[in-house]
Amino acid sequence: MADATRQACIVGVGETRYTRWGQQGERGEWSLACEAVLNAVTDAGLEIEQIDGLASFSDDTNVPWLMQHALGLPRLGFASMVWGGGGSGACGAVAHAAAAVESGQAEFVAVFRSLCQRPGHRYGQAGGFGGLPHLNFVAPFGMFSPPLMIAPLVQRYIHEFNAKPEHFGEVSLVCRDNAQRNPRAVMRGRPLTMEDYLNSRIIASPLRLFDCCQENDGACALIVTTLERARDLRKKPVRILAAAQGGNPGWGDGALGSHNMPIEEYGAGNGKALAARLFERAGVTPADVDTVQIYDHFTGLVLMTLENFAFCGRGEAGPFVAAGNIRWPDGRLPLNTSGGHLSEAYIHGLNLAVEGVRQLRGESTSQVKDAEICLVTAGASASPFSAAILGV
Amino acid sequence: MAYLPNEVPGPRPTVDDKVFWDYCQQRELRFQRCTACQRFRHPPAPVCPQCRSFESQWVRAPETGVVFSFTIVHHPAHPAVAAVTPYNIVIVDFPECDHARLVSNLTDATPEEVRIGMPVALIWETAGNGMIVPRFKHMKTERGNSE
Repeated sequence: MADATRQACIVGVGETRYTRWGQQGERGEWSLACEAVLNAVTDAGLEIEQIDGLASFSDDTNVPWLMQHALGLPRLGFASMVWGGGGSGACGAVAHAAAAVESGQAEFVAVFRSLCQRPGHRYGQAGGFGGLPHLNFVAPFGMFSPPLMIAPLVQRYIHEFNAKPEHFGEVSLVCRDNAQRNPRAVMRGRPLTMEDYLNSRIIASPLRLFDCCQENDGACALIVTTLERARDLRKKPVRILAAAQGGNPGWGDGALGSHNMPIEEYGAGNGKALAARLFERAGVTPADVDTVQIYDHFTGLVLMTLENFAFCGRGEAGPFVAAGNIRWPDGRLPLNTSGGHLSEAYIHGLNLAVEGVRQLRGESTSQVKDAEICLVTAGASASPFSAAILGV
Repeated sequence: MAYLPNEVPGPRPTVDDKVFWDYCQQRELRFQRCTACQRFRHPPAPVCPQCRSFESQWVRAPETGVVFSFTIVHHPAHPAVAAVTPYNIVIVDFPECDHARLVSNLTDATPEEVRIGMPVALIWETAGNGMIVPRFKHMKTERGNSE
């Protein structure tokens, strides 16, 4: 970037209470979204009137005019929503916010996501996950919901690389362990053993219950501005070294569609092209990354994403995690230090970005010592998805 | 009786996939192939992603495919399947059609019998909304085993 003072950074984070699905439905997503934005504004040391941009993703129903109306935003001048269903767009919304402040379209952009899952709108149930583009090619055959759509990818991954249940279980256990230290985590107070994991019921083989993320109610938000404006604010700014959308060619709607992604990548997930571009833009390598917040809708996708972002070789993520590499505090690459979607809450990837910010501020409940670089990835099963590299 | 209950939603063709389903109603599995570069594509799309031609034809697929991956579903994500779990979902690959794949079911395999690489044969069933849909049967060898 020509002018370093215009570098985009995150200066505020906030969230509502996170709960099991259905517990905040009577309050509603709009109210939760407003609370999360207000909390992030307070965290930044800003006044709500200073927010002049909004960014979200995943067919958010909390449209800008509702947010402007409720929050009384006097000078809203930028509003953006990333296309796509699910959490693929979480870091894409961060990228849009960064582009807006760096180009001068806006000064302070609130990125937010709010979810209330309810009967008829539970992501684990048919019909809960709207906007699936090729439903005709999957629903008549009993493929109704994301776990059923992702399971065949993981089955193929196991077939190709002989991955063991314990490899997937390690991801689940690491997230659950981190959640025990995080007061916001829905799974706090409910530790998990490998035996519990292996004995958990099969949802859709090879996925067990604890391979699948939770269904939750809650909202979170973060505030993006330039480094120059950040200097006067309360918290240490966390720089967005790179944030981008991307996807390998031919992935299209991938596993959430008709399963016609490139056959050689079927069990690999989608991400190599985005990873290469992101590291190049950020000017860092996988070896520079101190901690990762990887989109954990399903444990298998976490293993595939670790490979696609080159933390280990193709097919090696199982042994990589089994060797303790993703464990806090002593692993080489502590993963999902808030508990992730599996054990903190499923807020469509944006809570992973919030945790990335906390790590780099030194505020995590599972703090990685001297963390300076954090990778955050969004949902890797469709294209484009998105990711960000944060740094201090 | 069809593999999945009548309450499971059948296909509702759109302007973009109508031709595929029209052929299915005649019990013909056809994939779209680019007239210019001969590349198959599925699901149907208006333009060839390889050469960008808008011209395409619908080519009869082989009556056999290979299970590329699968899942055995234990959790009923839709009330219509609560009585039939566990059921299988298979991803059937057609190598001769540039690896076009269908999400479908094996109508005659137990959960234990479903394997990656098993050859399967096309059959037709009627969904609850009256639409004819492609499903598959397990191709048994003389010994009675797949593969």
